[in-house]
Amino acid sequence: MNKVILGRYIPGESVVHRLDPRSKLILSFFFIIVIFLANNWQSYTLLFLLTLSCVLLSKVNFGFFLKGVRPLIWLILFTVLLQIFFARGGTVYWQWGPLSLTSLGIINGSYVFCRFVLIIFMSTLLTLTTAPLEISDALESLMGPLKKFKVPVYEISLMLSIALRFVPTLMDETEKIMNAQRSRGVNFGEGNIVKQIKAVVPLLIPLFVSSFNRAEDLATAMEARGYRGGEGRTKYRIHFWKRNDTLACILFGLTMIVLLYLRNW
Amino acid sequence: MQEPIIEISDLSFAYPQQQKKALSHINLKVAAGEWLAVIGHNGSGKSTLAKLIDGLLTPQSGTIRVAGTELTPTTLWDIRKNIGMVFQNPDNQFVGANVEEDVAFGLENQGVPRNEMLKRVKKALVSVGMLNFAQHEPARLSGGQKQRVALAGVIALQPRIIIMDEATSMLDPEGRRDIIQLLKSLNKEKGFTVISITHDIEEASLAQRVVVIDDGTLVQNDKPAKVFQRGTALIESGLDIPFSEKLKNELKSYRIAVPQEYLTEKGMVDWLCQFISKK
Repeated sequence: MNKVILGRYIPGESVVHRLDPRSKLILSFFFIIVIFLANNWQSYTLLFLLTLSCVLLSKVNFGFFLKGVRPLIWLILFTVLLQIFFARGGTVYWQWGPLSLTSLGIINGSYVFCRFVLIIFMSTLLTLTTAPLEISDALESLMGPLKKFKVPVYEISLMLSIALRFVPTLMDETEKIMNAQRSRGVNFGEGNIVKQIKAVVPLLIPLFVSSFNRAEDLATAMEARGYRGGEGRTKYRIHFWKRNDTLACILFGLTMIVLLYLRNW
Repeated sequence: MQEPIIEISDLSFAYPQQQKKALSHINLKVAAGEWLAVIGHNGSGKSTLAKLIDGLLTPQSGTIRVAGTELTPTTLWDIRKNIGMVFQNPDNQFVGANVEEDVAFGLENQGVPRNEMLKRVKKALVSVGMLNFAQHEPARLSGGQKQRVALAGVIALQPRIIIMDEATSMLDPEGRRDIIQLLKSLNKEKGFTVISITHDIEEASLAQRVVVIDDGTLVQNDKPAKVFQRGTALIESGLDIPFSEKLKNELKSYRIAVPQEYLTEKGMVDWLCQFISKK
């Protein structure tokens, strides 16, 4: 269960770690949109420089980022090859039926590759340097204006943070139930698809039932500690927007302006 | 006995869709600053009693008065401020993402300002010896540590009564001893009223008073020494007896005349010394 890189958090004390989660969340989304403005090698170089400097600033081992790319490598290759062999225009180097290798195709393919890598790097950077709970805090704070439209922002964020807190607990429990069922003769991950699906039932039902019990216990404990809903609560965890956050935003804003300038319309 | 902090009179309760009453006609008074143990076999209604006192369940008949106010739907939240509860399963009552947030949860609910919260959380963590773990997530704590955090969450709220609902039952002997020690000092030094619901006979023997519940009725309400004097009768009602009582029973089977009254471990040692020197 430890192989999952997605959503994994590496504690640290770097500049990137200390940024406000709100600014990190906004900037990551902003970056993903801005990437689509780039359409020549100068702009991609600029974006690569920006991403690499962010990665270096985070002081996270580079291997984690490569691991983040790995599960998506087939998707990336597929898209890149599709671009290379089916795009037309520019000098034709090679042609066979509908397939053709053209200069424009190669350029487009490498752009797609760059986009994928950049997006994955940036989103991995977000999850590696931000604790899951900070992300849920950031979401709550950014969703704040939605309160006017009767969206239960507080409840959503409480749900999210309890869910995140129980992920490791439920993972442990899953493993325990799996071992318990194995010791009673259930084979997980063997046989044909129908058999495999059937083997999951003795895992899912106990997990489901125990989640209900947990929910009941938790609700009782929360009530006993005076929980009456979002009204009139104060917050223990608060985040401060610091100078570095403003600087980061300015940096990303400038990047966008330069990208617009470099773009071949 | 001073003004009782909890006063229960003629309390009855039955869970919905169940014929048998979980509790019937309970009368009980708890003095402020007292340590009360409630014992009884599984399903005897101990936990139900705790939940009724905290207003988590509503009684069918009878009244509960906590600190002079009667428990009704309108006074419920005020009464709950007087009571802190620690439950059995350390995992299922951990609300926060890490230790300090969990301790702060109850304070957040009461709308305590953040500066005050920071102070109180720190103080509570110090008093249970968990300050070094403030940033730890629940997955990285042992069961005993989680229960200490739960206790810190209660202490931070500064209630007058602490109810331990089998809070030590899922811990190893060492974790259990730690928690009991902690409770003892809270009771003695800080003057908390402690109600501990337990199967652990050693925990019960520390209490000032023991209440035995059997099938929803209160069968005994006395000092630990008096309760444990029942000896084998306790075993018949599904409970264990303290080590000194067990030793007495063993000695009896060797036809040694042992004293009838209950002796603590220390009392037993003294008696054994006297017994041998007389020979």
